[in-house]
This record gives sequence, C-alpha cells and structure tokens, in this order.
Amino acid sequence: MANLDHPIKKVMIICAKANIEDVYAALVMANGAVMEGIEAKVFFTFFGLDAITKKQMKKLHTATVGNPGMRMPGGLPFPSILGMLPGVEAGVSAMMKSQMEKLDIPPVDEFLELITAGGGEIYACKLAVEMFKLKKEDFSEHVKDIITIGQFYELAAGEGTQIIFT
Amino acid sequence: MAEKVYLGKTISVTDEGYLTDASQWTKEIALEIAKEEGLTLTDKHFAVIDYIRERVLKGEALTIRSIGKSGVIDTKGFYELFPGAPLKKATKIAGVAKPVSCV
Repeated sequence: MANLDHPIKKVMIICAKANIEDVYAALVMANGAVMEGIEAKVFFTFFGLDAITKKQMKKLHTATVGNPGMRMPGGLPFPSILGMLPGVEAGVSAMMKSQMEKLDIPPVDEFLELITAGGGEIYACKLAVEMFKLKKEDFSEHVKDIITIGQFYELAAGEGTQIIFT
Repeated sequence: MAEKVYLGKTISVTDEGYLTDASQWTKEIALEIAKEEGLTLTDKHFAVIDYIRERVLKGEALTIRSIGKSGVIDTKGFYELFPGAPLKKATKIAGVAKPVSCV
C-alpha cells in the first residue's frame, strides 16, 4: 500500500526543450498527475515554447545527431552520418510519433487539450516569449497565460508541491 | 485479497476496493461503491460505466483519451462526472480492475 501520509498535491513541470522526448516527458507527467487528481501546471520556456506554438507544435523532432540513445530498428547503432542526411530526422520523428499513437499517446495539441480538460494549466515563460519575439496569439488556445518566473513560484505555493524540470 | 459486504452480499475486492470478479457486479453495488466515493450516480454516469465494462470485459485497455473519444462522453465531461481521478473512480464503480495505463 502506498504511503498516503504526505501525498503529492501539486506538480509544477518545466519544459525547456523542443525534442519530442523532452516535451512528451513533461506532457505525460502533467497528464498523469491530472488523472490521479493531482493539480498540474506546466511552464514552457526557451525552446520548449515550440511545443505550445501553433506553428511548431505539430512539427517536433527528435535529434538523430548527437543522440547516443538513437538506434536502428533492431538495435544496431545508428551512424551519426546517417542522421545528418536530409529527411532522416523527419522520418525517425514520424516513426516515433506513429509508435506513440499505437500506445494511445496523442499528438501534442490533443495532449494539451486532455491536460486542460482535466484542470491542468499551461503557461509560457515571459522572458523566453520576449526573447523569441512571440505574442499571445502565436500560442495554442490551451495556453492560459504568459507569466514570469516569480508568478510561477507563486503558483507553486502550498504544501505537497513538487517542481520538476524535464 | 479483501472482502466487502454490499447490500448483504459478500464481494471479493482488492486492498484498494476494486472488485476482483467483474461478474459479481450489479447496478445496485455500483450505487454503493459510488456512495463511498461521494458520488450519486445518474444515467450519464451509467452510460460511461456501461461503456467501460463493455471495453474491459472484451479485454481492451482503457485510457482517458479513448474514453474521451468514445462518443459516450468527452474528456471534460468525464472529469466532471468522476471528479479527482476519473479513470480510477469510474473503473472502481464499474466493478472492473484498476487500469494500468499511463495515459
């Protein structure tokens, strides 16, 4: 039986990267929290903003160069030089997405909808938004607000909160 | 393994209260489990419960996403009907095993 004396009541998840795996780590954790009745807020910053930017969110990639976890189907090493060829990264990324679809893991926009439908909240980092010269209307409708790191900590207040950086 | 008495009948359940034998389930038992969860079931709840039982008894895995796409209810409605942890609560009331899905 789980220890229920000090349950996690709220998770604050920060996603600073645009790789499929980093974005999905944040989304799976946020959605998983909401499913368990845990309050969840996700803060996207730096390149992580791609995941909530309408223009980019459907085109996330995984890195085929400089990614030691990359393997060929079957488990053989994935030659770096192959990852540099045009179209390879897109192909690998499409394959990953289709594998996820089979496990009922939704595309990013639908994942955001699932999280917000359950009461989770999505935020964009003000500093990064200004740095990339983005506007509120560039973001998915599921983004609740553009906030500062100070506001992020205010939202984190309370007993039983965990801050997670993916 | 534990046991629980619902409406005078002894039902075997897991430590967390999930029925271990889905065939022992009745609508009346569902109302009792729901009461323990602080819920009063309506026809809408039962539509979802029927759908969950049908899927699970066919051996299919449940996810929040698949329920939201079932046509029976959307995701938001599912969270509203079974507040807190909808998949866990709804399966418990439906008398099926606790889902092991991460999505």
